[in-house]
Amino acid sequence: MAMTIIWTAMVLMSVLCGLWNGTGPAVAAAAMEGARAAVELCISMAGVLCLWTGVMEVLRRSGVLAGLTRLLRPVLSCLYPDFAKDQEVMDALSANVSANLLGLGNAATPLGIRAAQGMAKRSPGVASDALCMLIVCNTASIQLIPATVAGVRSAAGCDSPFDILPAVWLASALSVTVGILAAKIFSRLSSFAQRKQKRKDVASAALR
Amino acid sequence: MLFDLLVPLILAGAALWGCHRRVDVYGALAAGAGDGLKILLSIAPALIGLMTAVYMLRASGALDLAAQLLAPLLTRLGIPPEVVGLMLIRPVSGSGALGVGAELIAAYGPDSVIGRTAAVMLGSTETTFYTIAVYFGGLGITKTRYAVPAALCADMAGFLAAAWAVRVCFG
Repeated sequence: MAMTIIWTAMVLMSVLCGLWNGTGPAVAAAAMEGARAAVELCISMAGVLCLWTGVMEVLRRSGVLAGLTRLLRPVLSCLYPDFAKDQEVMDALSANVSANLLGLGNAATPLGIRAAQGMAKRSPGVASDALCMLIVCNTASIQLIPATVAGVRSAAGCDSPFDILPAVWLASALSVTVGILAAKIFSRLSSFAQRKQKRKDVASAALR
Repeated sequence: MLFDLLVPLILAGAALWGCHRRVDVYGALAAGAGDGLKILLSIAPALIGLMTAVYMLRASGALDLAAQLLAPLLTRLGIPPEVVGLMLIRPVSGSGALGVGAELIAAYGPDSVIGRTAAVMLGSTETTFYTIAVYFGGLGITKTRYAVPAALCADMAGFLAAAWAVRVCFG
């Protein structure tokens, strides 16, 4: 539904802007060109994208994903102290993060949802601190090899589509760090507000 | 230099490691590439719709207008104003962001500052609202507490860091 509104707004805005600026004919031509460009993009990035999903499948079958999962467990127990002892949640969590790292989005989401289900059992209907952390970690990209973007770049005639990797890693690391810090700070603030509210309740009860 | 060799090195490394672990490397490669085609097929229809709209917006002058309006703020933050459309659609729609990003990369060139910033932004952020909807919608969580603001903090940091990282790495 959200996409319906966005798409309609985009088209409507370009028609209005086209009439206002007198760029109507250009807008008409662009509509045809955009549809053609989308198919061209799909075809020209297919090679790079499929090559990477292929390499990732080789890595998955040869146990790299499982190895990464084992490596990540200690780090993740620090990030999710409430569930450090919950074997099932931690298994799903570390598998989710390692699938995200390798860019296996289709595999990562079901694993993340399994971890989230385990977490939600303890606090039905409410996003606990651990759940908020899981959301932040899944809405920040930690993909090591952004194959789709590389595909788009090579489709545009780029000779070395992967030369942006250091910049992507830098930006991803900063973004995830800020997300985790924000989650930690918000969690402190909310528990502080809760305690304050409790104290207020106790005080008003005593007054009565 | 190292990054020029990165792709062949990963290919060789994955093949050798796969052989060492007695995996049918070629079969896995073909199966994975088939999955890639499926992914491509699933995003193609959305991409056709969205790139049509993005090209129309570009031709009408609306994107330039938005860039001009937000230019004072964005230049101060070190972000090229041309990528404003990408920042707006990124948290909402993955294929939308891909469409906007691809148009930017094609229009300004993959090795331009704008093209590289768009690419790094695409590579270092996620479709925040979609992800939140999938997780919380599926679990029936209505009290989302600070999940949305914290996730948006990460997005904002990602955008700023992407522009900064491009300046640092390609200066």
